[in-house]
Amino acid sequence: MIKQLYSYIGNYKKYVMLCVMFVMVDVVCELMIPLLMSKIVDEGIPSKDIYFIVKNGIFMVLLAAISIMAGGLNMRFSAEASQGFAANLRRALFDRVQAFSFSNIDKFSTASLVTRLTSDVTQMQNTLLMCLRMLLRAPLMLVCAIFFAVSINARLSVVIFIAVSLLIAGIFLVLRPAEQKFAEMQKKIDNLNGTVQENLTAIRVVKAFVRERYEKQKFKKSNDALTEAAINAGNLISLIMPLMMFVLNGATLIVIWFGGRMVAGHEMGAGSLISFISYLMHILMSIMIFSMIFILFARAEACAKRILEVVNTKIDITDNDDTDHKREINSPLVRKGKIEFRHVDFKYAEGGRNVLSDINFSIEPGEYVAIVGGTGSGKTTLVSLIPRLYDVTKGQVLIDGIDVREYSLKQLRDGIGMVLQKNVLFSGTIRENLMWGNENATQEDIEKAASYAQAHDFIISFPDGYDTRLGQGGVNVSGGQKQRLCIARALLKKPPILILDDSTSAIDTATEARIRKSFSENLKDTTVLIITQRISSVKNADKIVVLDDGRVVGIGKHDELFENNRLYREICNSQQEGLVI
Amino acid sequence: MAENRKDARSPMRGPGSMPISFEKPRDIKTTMARILAYLRYSKLQIAIVVAALLTSSGSMLAGSYFLKPLINEYILPGNLRGLAFALLCLGVLYLVGVCAAYIQTRFTIRVAQKTINILRSELFDKMQELPLEYFDTHTHGELMSLYTNDIDNVQMMLEQSLTQLFSSILMFFGSIAVMIMLSPALFSITALVLALMIFISTKIGKKSRGYFQNQQKILGELNGYIEEIIGGLKEVKVFNHEEAAKESFYKINESFRQVATKANFLAGIIMPVMVNLNNICYAAIAVMGGILTLKGSFDIGSLAAFLQYSRQIGQPINQITNQINNILAAMAGAERIFNVMDQKPEVDGGNVTLVSVEKNEDGTFSEVPGDVKTGIKAWRIIEPDGKARLEPLRGDVRFYNVTFSYDNKKLVLKNVSLYAKPGQMIAFVGSTGAGKTTITNLLNRFYDIKEGLITFDGIDIKRIKKESLRRSLGMVLQDTHLFTGTVLDNIRYGNLNATDEECINAAKAVGADSFIMRLPQGYHTVISKDGANLSQGQRQLIAVARAYVASPPVMILDEATSSIDTRTERLVEKGMAALMKERTVFVIAHRLSTVRNADAILVIENGEIIERGSHEELLEQKGRYYELYTGREILE
Repeated sequence: MIKQLYSYIGNYKKYVMLCVMFVMVDVVCELMIPLLMSKIVDEGIPSKDIYFIVKNGIFMVLLAAISIMAGGLNMRFSAEASQGFAANLRRALFDRVQAFSFSNIDKFSTASLVTRLTSDVTQMQNTLLMCLRMLLRAPLMLVCAIFFAVSINARLSVVIFIAVSLLIAGIFLVLRPAEQKFAEMQKKIDNLNGTVQENLTAIRVVKAFVRERYEKQKFKKSNDALTEAAINAGNLISLIMPLMMFVLNGATLIVIWFGGRMVAGHEMGAGSLISFISYLMHILMSIMIFSMIFILFARAEACAKRILEVVNTKIDITDNDDTDHKREINSPLVRKGKIEFRHVDFKYAEGGRNVLSDINFSIEPGEYVAIVGGTGSGKTTLVSLIPRLYDVTKGQVLIDGIDVREYSLKQLRDGIGMVLQKNVLFSGTIRENLMWGNENATQEDIEKAASYAQAHDFIISFPDGYDTRLGQGGVNVSGGQKQRLCIARALLKKPPILILDDSTSAIDTATEARIRKSFSENLKDTTVLIITQRISSVKNADKIVVLDDGRVVGIGKHDELFENNRLYREICNSQQEGLVI
Repeated sequence: MAENRKDARSPMRGPGSMPISFEKPRDIKTTMARILAYLRYSKLQIAIVVAALLTSSGSMLAGSYFLKPLINEYILPGNLRGLAFALLCLGVLYLVGVCAAYIQTRFTIRVAQKTINILRSELFDKMQELPLEYFDTHTHGELMSLYTNDIDNVQMMLEQSLTQLFSSILMFFGSIAVMIMLSPALFSITALVLALMIFISTKIGKKSRGYFQNQQKILGELNGYIEEIIGGLKEVKVFNHEEAAKESFYKINESFRQVATKANFLAGIIMPVMVNLNNICYAAIAVMGGILTLKGSFDIGSLAAFLQYSRQIGQPINQITNQINNILAAMAGAERIFNVMDQKPEVDGGNVTLVSVEKNEDGTFSEVPGDVKTGIKAWRIIEPDGKARLEPLRGDVRFYNVTFSYDNKKLVLKNVSLYAKPGQMIAFVGSTGAGKTTITNLLNRFYDIKEGLITFDGIDIKRIKKESLRRSLGMVLQDTHLFTGTVLDNIRYGNLNATDEECINAAKAVGADSFIMRLPQGYHTVISKDGANLSQGQRQLIAVARAYVASPPVMILDEATSSIDTRTERLVEKGMAALMKERTVFVIAHRLSTVRNADAILVIENGEIIERGSHEELLEQKGRYYELYTGREILE
């Protein structure tokens, strides 16, 4: 995992190296200072050599100056490296997500994908930054400080080794059970958040059943459980600082005792003793910082897993050829718009049940075809197979006599205009949104498409006309207007095949009739597939396909079906006739 | 001695990390006072914390001072016996300090967690009392972040920031005092460097703040773009828009990288500058102290102690700035929390309550205790003269000239009058946004009307206690929400006093029993994530059973079957029929089968009732209903 993550640092690796270098300089400079100080005390003062003292003082200031530079550069390069890493990671994620097929998309929820691209990446960036700024120092500091301490007095250093082992053992003893306690606490946090979330989404139910008091009690339970877990975990953690202080203070005392005897016996200077204590502190501190690695990494690990899960997701619909470019050139184009389903079976997940079974029918170029059936009967799935939003499990879908898998995805989808059930507009002007359909569209093209979709009139009624800005998700237009804009956007592609998946539900019947009329006048050669709940939209179709539980149970015109097909009649009578508003 | 009091639990907040936010609270004083008021429950513990804090800081300060006598009086003269004794004293001092530090953190955590517990409960309890309008105007994300971010920040403040700020200030001024005592001359150097440190850190801080705000701005753009594209990912695919999306993304991503790198750099640079200014100070003191010592006006022991203090003094400055930032973030969060707590709760001024009664032989009623199940309920009305009167619960609903608007701008209902006699089924028909759901929302007082009158069994619903009103109304909504828990728990949600048997009977009555029995653990199957493991129809059936077990005299079915396919609908239909029997029913539906049997169909358009009548009557009228029903358009 770390290896893969490391590869995302990519072209910023040189900054990591520079960081290591400058941290090293910084650490050495910082550790030299106590050594120089001890020289002042032990050599300068006894020999009353003011020149020596000042010289060493200037030397210390110089070291501090170098240290500022090194430290500053480290800050700069660590920022470069970590932000570069984050940018690469985000880019890799974004690229991957753009390559996702529909079933890949379905696997992750939108919210979870957004979290992975935003806060998870930030967390990773922070982790690397912390590593380069603080954690990197710890091992270097440890090694250098031990070196200096030993060089001052090897015998006294025994105390250091004992203190270090004690501290490591202590931290280990505290952190190991802490991990479990924190996991428990996390579970309680999730539980509490889940309770709140559920309460928020179901607030109407809570109020309708007067269950406020019950909900309060439920919350109190999770709240108390969380508090208990947090106190448990906190109690363990609150051992760490005292433990550290205990070891540090104890070691200091022992060093002063033995060191003091040496100083008294003139085996070493008082200055050396002071700097030795200083190194002792540095050593124990760096172990403390080092122990944070575990906590830091435990947090980062969860994020890293979530990120890599996306990056490593296998894309299940791709162009067969690896060389996309070549494929695009060789790919056939969708020209006429003849569609054939040949004994198609489909299921969303392996081992799941068939959502579509043995679908076998064809649609001629220029036909207006309606697909009807109850919720869950497979209508949306059926049309999704045409632009390869999903791949068939068995059988074949052909356009103009060629299997859809033979087309490049780009050419295939360029030939099919599709308005999804849950349609989305993006922030930007109306014009920009419509031009998603064709980025080279002229004003004339745009207006034409808009008027076919009965959108032109309301667009020009806005003060800014086609340059009206839409908020995110098209919040400032009504549902019906949104659907009409989406239809216009799809029309701009001038596709041989147009698919409307329940995309006129919010448009009033009169306007919808007008759209239908303009289609039949202006899009004579376009094959139109429409999924709808309204029988009025279906009546005049060239062909009506009735689906039930993933099977085609009837194909024909309204009158024949109404006569012969029980399900269709039922749908007409119970669901459709008028009353679908 | 422990110069680096960093909290092991939050490595992210150490020096060098990014400031979390620069959001400024509006009124620190009031907010702080309000938070501190929550601490009143733990006065004793707080006294302990303060005492422990003073002890541990004191021991740390004294410990460093000990170096002076140790070196001057024992080590240099070679008095080993004295040294042993002095070290023993120092050891005891340290031990006291360590114990005090332990006691302090432990109690702080306890106090903080208890306080947060109360705060969280109060917040949640308050939220339960807010009117629906509040939830309409605030997103779930916004409200969730109160629990996930804001409370966390407050907790961080109580658990760490306050105590650390306090101890940092103590250490800072304590060190200064001891340093002045040791050598006023040397302290003048320290003071100079300290002033420089404070000056530089505020300078850099100000500059980095600007960069940081810039970073936040572009981060908002970046996250917004990610959210939008991922939200519309399917659209992107259908329109072959991947490459274009990538291109725009790369641009924002790159400009964010550049700005963030700068912000990170500036925020980080404070650290080495401060540390090394401290080192320069250390060097200057070593030199000056050395010269003073060899001139005889200072001594090595004092110098050692002074150097120790000067090493420590930089730390509190960093800590103080860090903690103040954390406290400000916590205050901003606390303000948002208190803002919710200060919202006006749902108005509930009614004093008419629903009680269980039994029928006397003479036909009058008398009240029985709530736990006695008589199956008969009545309104207990307090007359102006203070006497209580019982009025049997029947389920008669009337609207008189009701006009309503959600936002005081656009009228959703205009002068609506209607009646439903006990046991009648009333269907609402009309296009989306016509106001059908609003009518039912007004009936159970999810929203309050400003004009007109709604009565329930002849009583103005504003006079009825909300709890009683809603208990007498059942609701099945279009989007069913189930709760984490067993199937049985979910059915019982309708009536907490229902026995297992009653719940199962309800499930049987609505036709849910057969599928529930097929679930892995039957009625004890745990439903998770809003019933993700059940089909839409199954969830709906559980919701119907839930309403059934509540057994209210009036039912509201809001598009309850709209998202169910015909097959499942047939299944649910039976349940629905059971639910509607012998009740006053308001149904919003777009299926003919449901609507046709209604006693009265009300056609609503633009907030007005334009037609009322039975199916046949309305067809005869050849009005709007006829149009909707036949699907005939005026267009041709």
